[in-house]
Amino acid sequence: MTDLTAAPVLVLLDHTPDGTLRSPVREIVTLAAGLSGGAGVHGAWAGAGEPPAEVLVELGTLGVTHVHRLVADADLHLSAVLAEALGSLVDATGARLVLLVSSFENKEAAARLAVATGAGVVTDADGLVVEDGRYVASKTVFAGTWSTRCAVTAPLAVVAVKANSVTVEAAAAPVAPAVVEHPVAVSAGARRVTLVERTERPSSGRPDLGSAHVVVVGGRGTEGDFSAVEELADVLGGAVGATRVATDEGWIGHDAQIGQTGVTVSPRLYIGAGVSGAVHHRGGMQASGTIVAVNSDADAPIFEIADFGVVGDLFTVLPQAAAELRRLKSEG
Amino acid sequence: MRIVVCVKHVPDIQSERALGPDGRAVRDGGDGTLNELDENAVEAALALVEGAGDGSVTVLTVGPDDAVDAVRKGLQMGADEAVHVVDDAIAGSDALGTARVLAAAVRHLDAQTPVDLVVTGMAGLDGLTSLLPTALAQLLDLPALPLGAELTVDVAARTVRVRRNLDHATEVLEAPLPAVVSVTDQANEPRYPNFKGIMAARKKPVTTLALADLGVDPTEVGAAGARTQVVAAAARPAREDRVLVNDDGTAGVRLAQYLVEHKLV
Ligand SMILES: Cc1cc2nc3c(=O)[nH]c(=O)nc-3n(C[C@H](O)[C@H](O)[C@H](O)COP(=O)(O)OP(=O)(O)OC[C@H]3O[C@@H](n4cnc5c(N)ncnc54)[C@H](O)[C@@H]3O)c2cc1C
Repeated sequence: MTDLTAAPVLVLLDHTPDGTLRSPVREIVTLAAGLSGGAGVHGAWAGAGEPPAEVLVELGTLGVTHVHRLVADADLHLSAVLAEALGSLVDATGARLVLLVSSFENKEAAARLAVATGAGVVTDADGLVVEDGRYVASKTVFAGTWSTRCAVTAPLAVVAVKANSVTVEAAAAPVAPAVVEHPVAVSAGARRVTLVERTERPSSGRPDLGSAHVVVVGGRGTEGDFSAVEELADVLGGAVGATRVATDEGWIGHDAQIGQTGVTVSPRLYIGAGVSGAVHHRGGMQASGTIVAVNSDADAPIFEIADFGVVGDLFTVLPQAAAELRRLKSEG
Repeated sequence: MRIVVCVKHVPDIQSERALGPDGRAVRDGGDGTLNELDENAVEAALALVEGAGDGSVTVLTVGPDDAVDAVRKGLQMGADEAVHVVDDAIAGSDALGTARVLAAAVRHLDAQTPVDLVVTGMAGLDGLTSLLPTALAQLLDLPALPLGAELTVDVAARTVRVRRNLDHATEVLEAPLPAVVSVTDQANEPRYPNFKGIMAARKKPVTTLALADLGVDPTEVGAAGARTQVVAAAARPAREDRVLVNDDGTAGVRLAQYLVEHKLV
């Protein structure tokens, strides 16, 4: 059996259009550094610009040895183009493992890469180890009610890792990553999709929903007034999420929807206010560390999975909690 | 316009779902259903054909005997014909194995009458990997437009366009037909089968195919062809030390204290 522990690991370096790293990338780089067995962590940088100097320094602190700047005459936002670029980097580096942050976009590229290379692919992993010469990923399924461990039996593993799965740690010794330009010859097939339009969503100023450590969620019970939800989120430094009912009503953007057809979150702390805990919603949050529910109906299903449940009116409970937290903070 | 819709039979998400010792979903046949998100795919296909005033919708599924219920539901909604690929060798397939079988089935159908569009749901509510639509496109060497919240086809120009909402951006993608698209639950409101539809579905053809009919090598699919293998599965233990308080006017303060005590702030 091949010694996986001494093969380079390839990591897709998700970043904003202005070159800021998306925070879960730090987690998968940490994971990669622990799995590469000294054979190097190779980052793939897809984007128009050069990686900024401070980003390279940070990547070096986390153990990235090489940054490959992908250069293609087609849009790397298109999954077919990105998958071909990653495939050629796998060839160039000899990587046996490709790590990506688990997002809808990255899963599209992962699927294509796996088909093209014969790799085994695992999505939404929350851990990854080498066991008996194979990569074994852990993940929860069925709305967080089951834990599974899944081994990749192919020579190449493509693993998409959920945010908040890994504690970010600096590498033992910082390195200065070598920046290498990697031209990609994009096939005619990959050019058939045209990216007619791409509009980046403006940042809310709050942490990113998918990777926040604290998420406060408002449901139908807010009746459209998210102020108490936002206030508590801000005291906790958290993100604001919503149920599908709240987004369908137009109380908040669709991108705030948590659940099976929205964003999957697994923060350290989830607080649901005026959320009943329907199965479609639970599918996107049940794997959260601590679950708090505030609901006026003692029979709401969310109480079945809550670590701390309050039967009460969110419009009194949330502001009181926020005020108390502010008071405790000011006392130090 | 010929549209093939890929649908899946999954354990009902409202029921207790479980994994067996082999890491496969327990399918006792009792509580299986058409994957809810695939109803949006069927609806999208029916609406496109109705809008174009011409064409047909074929619902296609891969799965054990009772998976035929999923395509029957598609027929009841208004699809014209159904194809069910069933073969013992398929058991234990991972997402890519299933994609291989579906790709072979689409090719088989295309050889009979050319397929213009393949539509799928955004994810299977059992595995939720969302890998299938793009994997299928790659295997069929077709462009993929996944996660359409809006879907339009220009019949004259033979192009398809989707608008999609991603974590950090909104995109509009366009490609020439034939293509593979997946649609989200924002794309439409699926119709309910009415009595007429249910009666008409009984007369519609369901073709059953085996791997040999599709020229698929059994070792490429199923447990034999899987490139991932579930090595352990366990129900997560119930949460312990759960606290439920009735608000007597101090619940907000108690909540704050709980967060501090548990080092969550
Ligand atoms: C295919 C499909 C996919 C779906 N995907 C998703 C998804 O991804 N995410 C999602 O969230 N939903 C999804 N849904 C919808 C889901 O089934 C539920 O309808 C939805 O989650 C309910 O939202 P809610 O909890 O806000 O509303 P409700 O279920 O109406 O619950 C509102 C709760 O607020 C409580 N309440 C009211 N007033 C107050 C108050 N003043 N203080 C405290 N509590 C109060 C009520 O007691 C009630 O429990 C999906 C549905 C389908 C069919």
